[in-house]
Amino acid sequence: MRAFTVHTGLVAPLDRANVDTDLIIPKQFLKSIRRSGFGPNLFDGLRYLDEGVPDADCSRRPLNPDFVLNQPRYQGASVLLARHNFGCGSSREHAPWALDDYGFRAVIAPAFADIFFNNCFQNGLLPIVLEEKIVDKLFADVAAREGYALTIDLERQEVRTPGGERFGFAIDAFRKHCLLNGLDDIGLTLQQAESIRTFEARQREQAPWLWAG
Amino acid sequence: MAARTLYDKLWASHLVQEREDGTALLYIDRHLIHEVTSPQAFEGLALAGRAPWRLEANLAVPDHNVSTDPEERKGGYAVMKDAVSRIQLQTLDENCERFGIREIRLADRRQGIVHVIGPETGAVLPGMTVVCGDSHTSTHGAFGCLAHGIGTSEVEHVLATQCLVTRKMKNMLVRVDGRLGAGVSAKDLVLAVIGRIGTAGGTGYAMEFGGEAIRALSMEGRMTICNMAIEAGARAGLVGVDDTTIEYVRGREFAPRGELLERAIAAWRGLVSDADAAFDRVVELRAGDIEPQVSWGNSPEMVAPVSGQVPDPAAIGDAGKRAGVERALAYMGLTPGMRIGDIRVDRVFIGSCTNSRIEDLRAAAAVVRGRRKAGSVKQVLVVPGSGQVKAQAEAEGLDRVFVEAGFEWREPGCSMCLAMNADKLLPGEHCASTSNRNFEGRQGHGGRTHLVSPAMAAAAAVAGHFVDVRRLAN
Ligand code: SF4
Repeated sequence: MRAFTVHTGLVAPLDRANVDTDLIIPKQFLKSIRRSGFGPNLFDGLRYLDEGVPDADCSRRPLNPDFVLNQPRYQGASVLLARHNFGCGSSREHAPWALDDYGFRAVIAPAFADIFFNNCFQNGLLPIVLEEKIVDKLFADVAAREGYALTIDLERQEVRTPGGERFGFAIDAFRKHCLLNGLDDIGLTLQQAESIRTFEARQREQAPWLWAG
Repeated sequence: MAARTLYDKLWASHLVQEREDGTALLYIDRHLIHEVTSPQAFEGLALAGRAPWRLEANLAVPDHNVSTDPEERKGGYAVMKDAVSRIQLQTLDENCERFGIREIRLADRRQGIVHVIGPETGAVLPGMTVVCGDSHTSTHGAFGCLAHGIGTSEVEHVLATQCLVTRKMKNMLVRVDGRLGAGVSAKDLVLAVIGRIGTAGGTGYAMEFGGEAIRALSMEGRMTICNMAIEAGARAGLVGVDDTTIEYVRGREFAPRGELLERAIAAWRGLVSDADAAFDRVVELRAGDIEPQVSWGNSPEMVAPVSGQVPDPAAIGDAGKRAGVERALAYMGLTPGMRIGDIRVDRVFIGSCTNSRIEDLRAAAAVVRGRRKAGSVKQVLVVPGSGQVKAQAEAEGLDRVFVEAGFEWREPGCSMCLAMNADKLLPGEHCASTSNRNFEGRQGHGGRTHLVSPAMAAAAAVAGHFVDVRRLAN
């Protein structure tokens, strides 16, 4: 996994609550058996005016000029500013894959849906929870200033604004360690193989029916 | 020992290791696999040269992409029209073969939606931890299981280690006292719960359902409720074990038998929250107050009783909420304040892991018997959740009731719940659907989904618009 340490990037605001993973990447693109290439179809239904089909050349499709990511000032954005309950709905990891493939490194919101939140960490995409009133303020700042960028410092667990404000955020120590070092979860867990075997031996004895079917 | 909730017990009995920061390694007893969220996980496993940790813990089935057209199904992959879907389905077969994982294949008579076949085959048992790369894994919590959806990286992690890196959730109890009225189902109950607490109301919680109304439900009804816990934001739904649970499990294909079963049952009896267990949040509803529900917007919390109305954004003070309602009404093509009963439907879908079990089909058939689909309704799809459900329904003659009413009787699969196959809405069409999500485009680009119970879907099919199924019966 790619490591995340400090990142400074242009912010794009998606001013809409309850953005579900169907909206982030519609189901027709889930037929792919690959992990990459979802970027052009990120927010497909909002971003284009026609209906998206797998493997179409997106560069030739009509863009929806009203959609925020299509506005010239947000081209190259790598930090997504979002609203309440971002990533709700389907567990599809294609959602963080698409965000990552598009170029986002972090998403900031007042609250995320649980499964999406977990899926982000597996892909070096950092989901950051900030208080609602801070998020409100960031939305206002982004709107007010073209080229607005934020710096995200994972080691210090803070978001820094161009004006010098610092907003702290929480993260599990384990997740942070994995992200900072780009570590693969599976390798780490397999270091605990002994504990897993011990657990299994005990369960086999205490609940043998779980080992029968 | 201090009083514990059911979730506390399931968590404690599967804890392999707890870290200082609160993350933990949790042991997984059952891993269910389908074709959409697994290919990249198998690829990762192969690239790293890893093998599955415990083969027998896995069970795979194709469901999301499969055609439900009886002709197409008879011919198998050879006649499958959608080549992209076919590759994904064949990839599942190849991966299962290569790694040695048990798969119920497309042609198997037990094939069906992963959340229908898990319990039906006895692959899911009380007291298990169950995961699947699918958010509606919450369904299995109906059996007193800790069951929730995971992402593809976690699918790979579970395959490789039989464990999940996770952290403990908080405890929520949704207590529903009293009894549901006639014509009001588990689906109406859970839609009412989501309407009350919102789609993020359960975020961070394991959501246990209790109270008299829940105890009175069949396993099918409990599965419907737990299935939609995720629509209330809760990754896991739960119902404590009782006789209903145990009777359902007895005799299932993969369930224990004989003396082993008796030992298991003795242990399963303890899979309930202690009487004085503390919950972080309790929500109470009275079953008798719940009417049949219909969703009107693009979030499952946007729901109203059938006697109600679509909201008027002008009456909403909060600007963010108002914008959300305005956007939903525009997408859904509805007028502020219009009566739910005035919404006309173009298509009807009876199926999905929420409502495709035998009891659901019986409820729909009971409404339809002796009636016909309204002329204005273009199509009514009835898609049984599994081959076993289909066979049972046919044995009871339900398929004939549907066909005589002008409905289509299909082969098992996810179908128009997410429209990855040919079963889709056209732009602008309204659908009365027994599925679980009414997100924009979920059932087809530009399609408009209204979530309802099977009986309400059948009633809408007959009337051509939403009607109170309790009135239709009279
Ligand atoms: S029926 Fe719908 S919700 Fe259920 S598993 Fe299939 S696609 Fe998901």
